[in-house]
Amino acid sequence: MITNLVNWIDKRIPMTEAFNKHVGQYPAPVNFNFWYFFGSLAMLVLVNQILTGIWLTMNYTPSGEEAFRSVEYIMRDIEYGWLLRYMHSSGASAFFVVVYLHMLRGMMYGSYQKPRELLWLFGMFIFLVLMAEGFMGYLLPWGNMSFWGAQVIISLFGAIPVIGDDLTLWIRGDYVISGATLNRFFALHVIALPLVLVILVFLHIVALHEVGSNNPEGIEIKKPKGSIAEEEKSKFKFHKSYTDKYDIVDAVPFHPYYSVKDIMGVVGFLFVFCYVIFFAPEGGGYFLEKPNFEPANALKTPEHIAPVWYFGPFYTILRVIPDKLIGAGAMFGAIVMLFLLPWFDRGTVKSVRYRSLAHKINLIQFCVCFAVLGVLGTLPSGPIANLLGTITSIGYFGFFIALWFYSKNEKTKPVPERISH
Amino acid sequence: MKKLLIALVMLLPSLAFASGGGANLLHAPIDPTDKASLQNGAKLFMNYCSGCHDTSYQRYNRVAKDLDIPKELMMENLVFTGAKFGDLMFNSVEDKQGSKWFGGTPPDLTLVARSRGTDWVYTYLKSFYADPERPFGVNNLLFKDVGMPHVLQDLQGLPTLVQEKDEHGHVTSQKIITDSSGEMDSEEFDLAVRDITNFLNYAGEPSKLERESLGKWVLGFLFFFFILCYFLKKEYWRDVH
Repeated sequence: MITNLVNWIDKRIPMTEAFNKHVGQYPAPVNFNFWYFFGSLAMLVLVNQILTGIWLTMNYTPSGEEAFRSVEYIMRDIEYGWLLRYMHSSGASAFFVVVYLHMLRGMMYGSYQKPRELLWLFGMFIFLVLMAEGFMGYLLPWGNMSFWGAQVIISLFGAIPVIGDDLTLWIRGDYVISGATLNRFFALHVIALPLVLVILVFLHIVALHEVGSNNPEGIEIKKPKGSIAEEEKSKFKFHKSYTDKYDIVDAVPFHPYYSVKDIMGVVGFLFVFCYVIFFAPEGGGYFLEKPNFEPANALKTPEHIAPVWYFGPFYTILRVIPDKLIGAGAMFGAIVMLFLLPWFDRGTVKSVRYRSLAHKINLIQFCVCFAVLGVLGTLPSGPIANLLGTITSIGYFGFFIALWFYSKNEKTKPVPERISH
Repeated sequence: MKKLLIALVMLLPSLAFASGGGANLLHAPIDPTDKASLQNGAKLFMNYCSGCHDTSYQRYNRVAKDLDIPKELMMENLVFTGAKFGDLMFNSVEDKQGSKWFGGTPPDLTLVARSRGTDWVYTYLKSFYADPERPFGVNNLLFKDVGMPHVLQDLQGLPTLVQEKDEHGHVTSQKIITDSSGEMDSEEFDLAVRDITNFLNYAGEPSKLERESLGKWVLGFLFFFFILCYFLKKEYWRDVH
């Protein structure tokens, strides 16, 4: 019965074929470590955001008069509405935690290097859309921090010469942030950007499966056809689209080996995620900011306007530069640098394990600077904060510049031919 | 643009309702599971606060259900506006009327415990003192030049601010001393304020207790499920390593 159905479908679309190629007989390196959980976790959080988002949309009213009230209606009058809302609001923060760690993994093991540049670029576009998604979603509860946060960020576009003022007017659809802004942000947040996001995630995975997964050693598991003795090859059955072109070594089929491992990662992640949802949904005022429990009020500025934590690093780079236009340019530039990472790195050794001491130090200083920038973004500015922000901003950009110089003739360790396991 | 807006805000008379802050907050000794305290808090809130302040995101019937208050008792003693049992808890003061009386619409307090914190609410209610220069004859240490009267004066009496200053005129210590004109002594008043704070904490997030009790089951399940997944993974990977 089931077999007949599968056969019937397979004659019409390549269902089993696609499953085998991308899941059941997809060669994954045998040595994935902790850092390799975050890709599947990002997918999990995306699904969480889409599902909870759909149910929130059923009861949310996108208008300046009703938005704040409708969120409280969800929190109080909808059965388990509070759970949906906290899953979605904590999910936004979880998304960025997971994506930042996923990106760090890529940086540590050189997963952006040739031939994975396009894979990295799709990932960066996902990150960019995610930031837009987070920013627009944050306006929707129509709390006071929603309002003033959007006010500050949209006013940045006003720094662009000549067209600046008209551009901000066009974005807002009004002279101030208003119901018109809320409505368009709602449309973009629930339809346009998620659609783009899903397409980009699809492309990200297509690119991944074309070039194959990297691993903590940075050693390719696809060897030239005929270069590996039969008994040395991986004993598992892989799809012929891989084995026709390459000899596969040190690999396991994604399913069931990494599907069972990822389920373990998922449950571990859910433990932390559910702890936040059920016991600390405000995240100490970082996931849900206190002023956002008051409705948007154009006449009452919060004492300290801070962006949500995940924009912190980029907000600090913006803030330490006194000139608004240059500041906005630097903030944008900080993201452009990430996009161009595959070309800043002129080295051929992928994993940090086999790279020079200079690279290790550079990567560590980058992580420290990024974290400090993030913390500073949530704090009020002051002379010490500005000095620290300037130093860490230089550290951030310095990572890429230094990388470009030393990676050409870097003293690396010899990379083994094979993954030892 | 932002600076302009801030400048506008500074000029507005509604500053009476702008925030205070900076002072040391007292710790609010509330217990969200103490039904008697919540019921008393609801009673005090409805009698002394709800005349001017809405808690318009919550409904009477939900409060009655969560606080174990029978419907008849609730309708007779705690609903003063002629509202129905399932209605949102609006007060009977028109916003315009409120603005005229106080220089600004009294804010909705449903979420005040979430936006300012329970310690703030507790400290605020204990920080009124006599100040003949203010329109209502009182000021507030935590919220300077607050635009509301001391509504709990019947209970607390009229407190006075006693300050000690050094030779430069800087305040070295200050405290609020109550006279004995109120119905309550200072310990009873502290408990009353605690109960109001407890009620407002409940009003800010009525599902909090349910959330935390459900959370324990969820985390418990995930913990055991993780162990299961760990051994499943180990079993599958045995033939690789």
